[in-house]
Amino acid sequence: MDTSPSSPPTKKRKMATDTTAAEQEHQFPLPAILTHPSATPPILITQGAEGRLYKTTFFSPNIPCALKYRPPKPYRHPILDARLTKARLAFEAKVLERCRREGVPVPAVYAQNAAAGWIAVEWIEGAPVRVKINEWLGQRPKNEEEEKAADAKDQGPLVELMKRIGAAIAGLHRTGVVHGDLTTSNMMLRPPTRKTTRTTEQPNGVSEEEAKAKLLEGYVVIIDFGLANQSQSDEDRATDLYVLERAFASTHPRAENLFEHLLESYKQTFGKKGVSVLHKLEDVRMRGRKRSMIG
Amino acid sequence: MALETLQIEHVPSDHHVYAALFRDVQNVDFLQAQLIGKNPEFEYAFIDASVLISRTHLFAAIFRALNTLTEGTLQTPNVHSDIVIGLSPTNNISESYRRYGLTPFKTRDVLVIKVVYPKLSSENSTISSSEPPTPESTWQHLTTHIQGTPVPVTDEELAKSTDWAKVRKYYKLNGVPGVERIDTADEEGRRREMEGLVVSGIALRGL
Repeated sequence: MDTSPSSPPTKKRKMATDTTAAEQEHQFPLPAILTHPSATPPILITQGAEGRLYKTTFFSPNIPCALKYRPPKPYRHPILDARLTKARLAFEAKVLERCRREGVPVPAVYAQNAAAGWIAVEWIEGAPVRVKINEWLGQRPKNEEEEKAADAKDQGPLVELMKRIGAAIAGLHRTGVVHGDLTTSNMMLRPPTRKTTRTTEQPNGVSEEEAKAKLLEGYVVIIDFGLANQSQSDEDRATDLYVLERAFASTHPRAENLFEHLLESYKQTFGKKGVSVLHKLEDVRMRGRKRSMIG
Repeated sequence: MALETLQIEHVPSDHHVYAALFRDVQNVDFLQAQLIGKNPEFEYAFIDASVLISRTHLFAAIFRALNTLTEGTLQTPNVHSDIVIGLSPTNNISESYRRYGLTPFKTRDVLVIKVVYPKLSSENSTISSSEPPTPESTWQHLTTHIQGTPVPVTDEELAKSTDWAKVRKYYKLNGVPGVERIDTADEEGRRREMEGLVVSGIALRGL
């Protein structure tokens, strides 16, 4: 569970290929809760190191939900396994509720059975920030000279997004929670509630330019609190930012130079505390480098 | 009007949940007396509708109770009383009955839930007739004994009964930053945010 600063966790999510729910049932046994009838069959979305994520509906057929299931680990003693699974899920649920009350953008908890190893949370529409940023970067000119020219003016929406991310993380840290696994995959960009942009790919009225500007629109929602911790210390907060910085540099190398905007907005939102966290971040960076050199 | 069969996701198919809403109920004291006297013919969850904000809110409590039922970890004598305390974000059972159940001369609108499921022989209910109740017989029984006006269990009808001051107090929603940061003009946004917190409160009780 530890996330040493020198090695940002690489718990990469593999998107499930387009198989039908029936095929998937053969792949993994469903948790008991998902064997009961529902309007739409549960779909396996991702398979992480700790658990599986299913998309299903909860309470009513019109309420989509994400159900996270931590299957028992056969290599652990059953009693220890049950206890760890229960404690971690309970903790995740409590952190989510706390964030939600404090106004930090996270999914709501719909139901949980920590003993049985599952938690059902609100389904966040939209796409991971990682996908959106890469889509955005992919649209920009490939040619290096052109890119330089474009860099100067064109980054507005991406800078804005970085600022929103920084503010969201500051809000999270202010509630006394550190995420433990901040990456652009663990943030969703929820599109604005009006769903007019969804109708067709490229309606006649919307120019390419406008569509592009819309790409990075949306509300940043932080997800996956499986590694979260309660902490108020600058050290832990700085480590959180450092992990994101490293992850960001490797997933979006072309936008690495924009990370400072995220930190700047973090500092602005967080005030005095933010200044000392960023100060600590310098230390963590240094130490991170040192460690990798001794390696 | 008739009894509604609730379709709740991820509930075992042999568990049936029926619901009805009665407005301006005149004999709340009689209904409560049946519960206190453990009258086996009145195995219902009677909920004071003023604490309910929506169907989703109601479903969260029912789901929780059905989950404890199938796990065999009921906290109260039966699944119906567990639905009532299932609404509570706290562990105080008698307080939960007071807040979410019937209060004579105070409760006006009553939401009734009936759960029918195959009982094990060990938990043989004392109901004299061995026939499991049907929606028709349940509806008949309810309309005979509840002196009130039946209305459909819709979000609109539930919203008419909601006492927000109580909901905010019971679910500790006063002065919560997550709600306060939403513009007061955005009533629907506030309502949704509070619904999310209420459902989370129900889901997290006991952790």
